[in-house]
Amino acid sequence: MSDTILELNNLHTHFFTDSGEIPAVDGVSFHVNKGEVVGVVGESGCGKSVTSLSVMQLVPSPPGRIVSGEINFKGENLAFASEKRMRQIRGNEIAMIFQEPMTSLDPLYSIGNQLVEAIRMHNKSSKKEARLKAIEMLDLVGIPRASEVVDEFPHQLSGGMRQRVMIAMAMACDPELLIADEPTTALDVTIQAQILDLMRDLNKEKDTGILLITHDLGVVAEMCDRVVVMYAGQVVEEGTVREILKDPKHPYTKGLIRSLPNLHEKEQKLYSIPGTVPKVTMNSVGCRFAPRCEYAFDRCFSENPALYETEDNRYARCFLYDNFEEQEVATHVGTDSRS
Amino acid sequence: MLAYTIRRLLMLIPVLFGMTLIVFSIVHLIPGNPAQVILGETATQDAIQELEQSMGLNESFFTQYGFYLADLLQGDLGSSLRTKSEISHEILPRIAATFELTFFAMLFAIIIGINAGIISAWKQNSWLDFAAMIFALVGVSMPVFWLALMEQWVFAQELGWLPSSGRQPSTGQIEPITHFYVIDAILHWDFDRLVQVLSHLVLPAVALGTIPMAIIARMTRSSMLEVMKSDYIRTVRAKGSGQFLVIYKHALRNATIPVLTVIGLQTGVLLGGAILTETIFAWPGVGRYVYEGINYRDYPVIQSGILVIAFLFVMINLIVDLLYAFIDPRIKY
Repeated sequence: MSDTILELNNLHTHFFTDSGEIPAVDGVSFHVNKGEVVGVVGESGCGKSVTSLSVMQLVPSPPGRIVSGEINFKGENLAFASEKRMRQIRGNEIAMIFQEPMTSLDPLYSIGNQLVEAIRMHNKSSKKEARLKAIEMLDLVGIPRASEVVDEFPHQLSGGMRQRVMIAMAMACDPELLIADEPTTALDVTIQAQILDLMRDLNKEKDTGILLITHDLGVVAEMCDRVVVMYAGQVVEEGTVREILKDPKHPYTKGLIRSLPNLHEKEQKLYSIPGTVPKVTMNSVGCRFAPRCEYAFDRCFSENPALYETEDNRYARCFLYDNFEEQEVATHVGTDSRS
Repeated sequence: MLAYTIRRLLMLIPVLFGMTLIVFSIVHLIPGNPAQVILGETATQDAIQELEQSMGLNESFFTQYGFYLADLLQGDLGSSLRTKSEISHEILPRIAATFELTFFAMLFAIIIGINAGIISAWKQNSWLDFAAMIFALVGVSMPVFWLALMEQWVFAQELGWLPSSGRQPSTGQIEPITHFYVIDAILHWDFDRLVQVLSHLVLPAVALGTIPMAIIARMTRSSMLEVMKSDYIRTVRAKGSGQFLVIYKHALRNATIPVLTVIGLQTGVLLGGAILTETIFAWPGVGRYVYEGINYRDYPVIQSGILVIAFLFVMINLIVDLLYAFIDPRIKY
């Protein structure tokens, strides 16, 4: 495990709203190894973004707060680290890019100003050096006319260009982990491919670990080494890309893959998982996917499933696999901690 | 920036032109005959007609307006019907007095208002936030004249810390150079005088600045809260910025546009609407000048006073517009 850079262990992030406490992240555990690209997939509202924001301690607070669990980054638990310590880590050792390139840059400062700010935040360098570094970074992420763009403002750039700028900013301090929260969702398809290629290259070149949050299985297939599937705040399945895409275990993952359009089949109607993500409260009992699950049986509605081992190194949060090896996997149990 | 400035300056021409036309028309529509007022109740019809003739009052509306505009362009505002002296000469020190008072009132309003707003937004829902917002609510609901009288009573009458009225002590008047007494005192290198002039400014400036201060505080707070939720603030925090840089570099500047609008409007209101404060503090400003003019049906004085106030309002708006472009690079395009 020495090459593990990020390890989430039974993380709970809850939102304290007027209508009660909502467990947006409910006992999530997974890890990212050095230089590895790990995808986190799931529908909107399944807690994948909150998980990534928790790592940075950027969950909007109030109402959100990390309640319990561990976020081990290179052996240091960041879940309850001080703001001062987090500031040293953010942008320096863990960087993040966001879904909305159109609104993620401050409209009132030039690209250069914002890049220089990021560079000088963690490195002692003169403004001149930082500016040269900024141009170099813009060049690296494939922005043409980098030495001119550095003085331009965000509104003068297209969405794809802005996302490149965001990546340049994130990579400016050579982070060991890059968290990308749906980096291509707001971009059109050709630009998506370019941005993904760019991230792939940076991953290869600098050996940066990437935690890629997405709802797009196509992106996962193209980018990731391993995949974590989340549903309603919990990890329901984890495995390598190949395993998940070729042989999904959890009914939810199966449903997700079935909902992908397939060019080779003549079926007219696209499959979709019936129903929507349930609103989870602190008192929810039973498997969260059960109301939408075609395999659901009585037990699914009365007990919370744990992660059960299905094959070597594969786990799924489903009672269908409870008998597979007659034992729960202790380190991955996440549901019972709050009772 | 230069093109924008030029375009904005060109836009002034029709605005100023329309402004003079409106001011001229309004004063003309006021009932009452100025010749009658000048000559008094007992004047004969002949005498009135003769005076009307000599003053050009029986010319057509547009002819009169034409003469008026021609005079205006030469800096001639006409003379007061009452004092017979030239208005341009009378009104200058009054503009200076009003300007000085407005400047310090807005200085007070902006410094206290913006910081109270920032603190409120920063520590949202804390006791500091509540305290600041209650303070702002009281400030915005307080009648100016009442606040002014209370100030005079407490700080001038009871405690005797500050002078209760006027722009400077009645003894040993300063030789006016600019009519801005603060600047005059500095030009004369007269430190004692500067302190005196400033002490005369404190009470009226606070009275006049309280409402704008409260409005600015509330505007800053809501604007800051809006901006603090935005994606780019999250980006700045994700870079590892401290709260101070987040707030004072990124959030404040983005939150400034609506606040600046309010500051501009409030400055305009103060320039023209300070009649109550000017009366209570015996402040010889434009507001009082117009008020006196109205009492005597002194048409040229009313006209000039309104024109000057409108002109200052337009100028403040010009400055605000140029500041917009300075703050927000998207506005130039």
